[in-house]
Amino acid sequence: MEKETLAPRDAEWREQLRNAISAKERTSIPRVKMPELPADFRVTTFTDEVNQGISAEQAVLEATRCMDCPDPQCVTGCPVNIDIPGFIKNIQRGDIAEASRVLRATSALPAVCGRVCPQEKQCESRCIYHRMKKDPVAIGYLERYAADTAASMGVVEAQPRRSNGIKVAVAGSGPAGLSFAGDIAARGYDVTVFEALHEIGGVLKYGIPEFRLPNAVVDNEIRALEAAGVVFVRDCIVGKTISYDDLLSMGFSGLFVASGAGLPRFMGIPGENLIGVMSSNEYLTRINLMGAGRPGHDTPVAHGRVAAIIGGGNTAMDSVRTARRMGSERAIVVYRRSEAEMPARIEEVKHAREEGVEFMTLHNPIEYIGDERGHVRAMRLQRMELGEPDASGRRSPVPVEGAIEEIPVDMVIVSVGVSPNPLIPEAIGGLQVSRHGTIEVDPDSMQSSIDGLFAGGDIVRGGATVILAMGDGRRAAEGMHRALSGD
Amino acid sequence: MFRIIEKEHFSANVVKFIVEAPLIARSRRPGHFVIVRTGEGGERIPLTIADADPKAGTIMLVVQAVGESTRKICALEPGDSLTDVVGPLGKATHIERVGTVVCAGGGVGVAPLLPIIKALKEAGNRVVTVLAARSADLIILEHQCRPYSDEVIIMTDDGSAGRKGLVTEGVESVIQSEKVDLVVTIGPAVMMKFVSKLTERYSIPTMCSLNTIMVDGTGMCGACRVTVDGHTRFVCVDGPEFDAHKVDFDEMIMRLKAYN
Repeated sequence: MEKETLAPRDAEWREQLRNAISAKERTSIPRVKMPELPADFRVTTFTDEVNQGISAEQAVLEATRCMDCPDPQCVTGCPVNIDIPGFIKNIQRGDIAEASRVLRATSALPAVCGRVCPQEKQCESRCIYHRMKKDPVAIGYLERYAADTAASMGVVEAQPRRSNGIKVAVAGSGPAGLSFAGDIAARGYDVTVFEALHEIGGVLKYGIPEFRLPNAVVDNEIRALEAAGVVFVRDCIVGKTISYDDLLSMGFSGLFVASGAGLPRFMGIPGENLIGVMSSNEYLTRINLMGAGRPGHDTPVAHGRVAAIIGGGNTAMDSVRTARRMGSERAIVVYRRSEAEMPARIEEVKHAREEGVEFMTLHNPIEYIGDERGHVRAMRLQRMELGEPDASGRRSPVPVEGAIEEIPVDMVIVSVGVSPNPLIPEAIGGLQVSRHGTIEVDPDSMQSSIDGLFAGGDIVRGGATVILAMGDGRRAAEGMHRALSGD
Repeated sequence: MFRIIEKEHFSANVVKFIVEAPLIARSRRPGHFVIVRTGEGGERIPLTIADADPKAGTIMLVVQAVGESTRKICALEPGDSLTDVVGPLGKATHIERVGTVVCAGGGVGVAPLLPIIKALKEAGNRVVTVLAARSADLIILEHQCRPYSDEVIIMTDDGSAGRKGLVTEGVESVIQSEKVDLVVTIGPAVMMKFVSKLTERYSIPTMCSLNTIMVDGTGMCGACRVTVDGHTRFVCVDGPEFDAHKVDFDEMIMRLKAYN
């Protein structure tokens, strides 16, 4: 597929926008503030999104802030290189449909990315405004605005598609799988996405809570893919229900494995198998995917009066904020390094704090203590201090000798990472797998050691972000297309 | 949707279903299980596959009504559908010719045991099957086990069928009368614990199949974790079968009560 520029910078209208106001005037506009639900209200609701989205007026004003740089660095900060000034300037001139088309040219899930991407570490971190010691353009808010507005306007994104008659399969319907499916369908392939669970969306459904990413937003994106000809099959595990050989004999010419992160990690400390101690995957899946705790849903979930969440990533923040919404009086994040090293997005930490979450940084659990029925009733924490930087460049935590305290808790959610899902690596012979269990691929084409078999997302990366997974899906679609078409 | 073709009550609370699931019928092996969900607000629960007919595209499930979800399933009739059936999950049973195998099943544990009995027999083993239950009406699948068993011993708590006594007494009587090379035990956790204790005394390799609480069944949630040989293992992807002598049954029994 040739790359066409949807919003060329030298277009007359863009030049007019650039010349419409002075740089001084432009840069004196303060960055828009995302309207949020009040914290005391939001801890009472699961489904109401905390970030309410910006208004049309706010969006145009924020879009005006963008300098439309000749060499926009924000684009280089984006894992899928969205034409950021291109979509932002379309917002400014009021052409939301066109802004949405620019986004969709490189991203299958703009409404998702506008919400969950760590923009502060990616596009926004490269914004020219930083050089002026000013807040960067709110690229994420604008992306969300364009995607949501286009969706509510019913902008039809899918063009009539001409099938090239080549069938390709995808294992997993999370961000990597969806992004791949959208891209390769646009190239004319007949795509079938096989999903192990009973819902499409992978981590976007079972993992990220609705207060951060409503299911309706994800379903919208899925409908757009269906309209583009993508077929979804639920309850079907590639490598179990159907084998790779089955796929080949069914006429599929390629497989993209996007089976995601599987096994939750535990720390291997005493008491970790007590009742009330669980992985964040279990806690979030019970609540997000299975609706536990809501009327009409049979799946049970533990309720903790005092909940401890172990870990400092986004999943830990999702879990702790969920615990507050589930009625935990105290919800405590226990993290072994200091707040500066926390991998979670700053916004998530801020929102968590507003919602009454407590933070015990520089603490590490060493044991959980149970009652006579095997329910967790306390955790023993080791105080830590920061030592020398480790392999990740972060200062490594070292125990402070003798500084151990015991804190009563009745629920512990362990959120210290995941290992890759072993199902597909175990099921497909000859597939080269790293010693961590991730599938090894060529970083450009995403092809594995087996011809026609590509992989991306957490099954390749071990644990990453939605946008990186989407970038993989995109590259794999390109790679598979080249391999299958001989281009 | 997965249509129910046939339903048979083994007892008041134990029901056999034949369910349309052509892909699973084709790919399942002894030892595998499925995750089943009924209704849009339904829970995902693991059920073992008792048998399959690849030609007809059906699998046999045996369900005991013990909680809300299993009661819902047991109330379904032929023509109704299960909302979701996904699998086959878990690792298939390792089948080889070892000599004499005692297969000890308790309650609905006989259902997953049946395909293992068949496979062990077909691999050339001498198979002695011990079926145990509280009373005669709770003994299931006896007729299906017989053609693949060299001997069938029935044990009931009340003596209403076979011999009066526990499954362990049946197993021990075999051990005392002939050389046993392997014991396979599937049933309630407490039963497997005592079979395992017994065979440990005789140093007979013993395999058990665990039915723990699960959510996704694909390795994602970790609800099913058990301690085997001092290490945390996931029943859904590492099991469901383990060396019984290494399983921490007390912890497993405790964890089964998580939502009681």
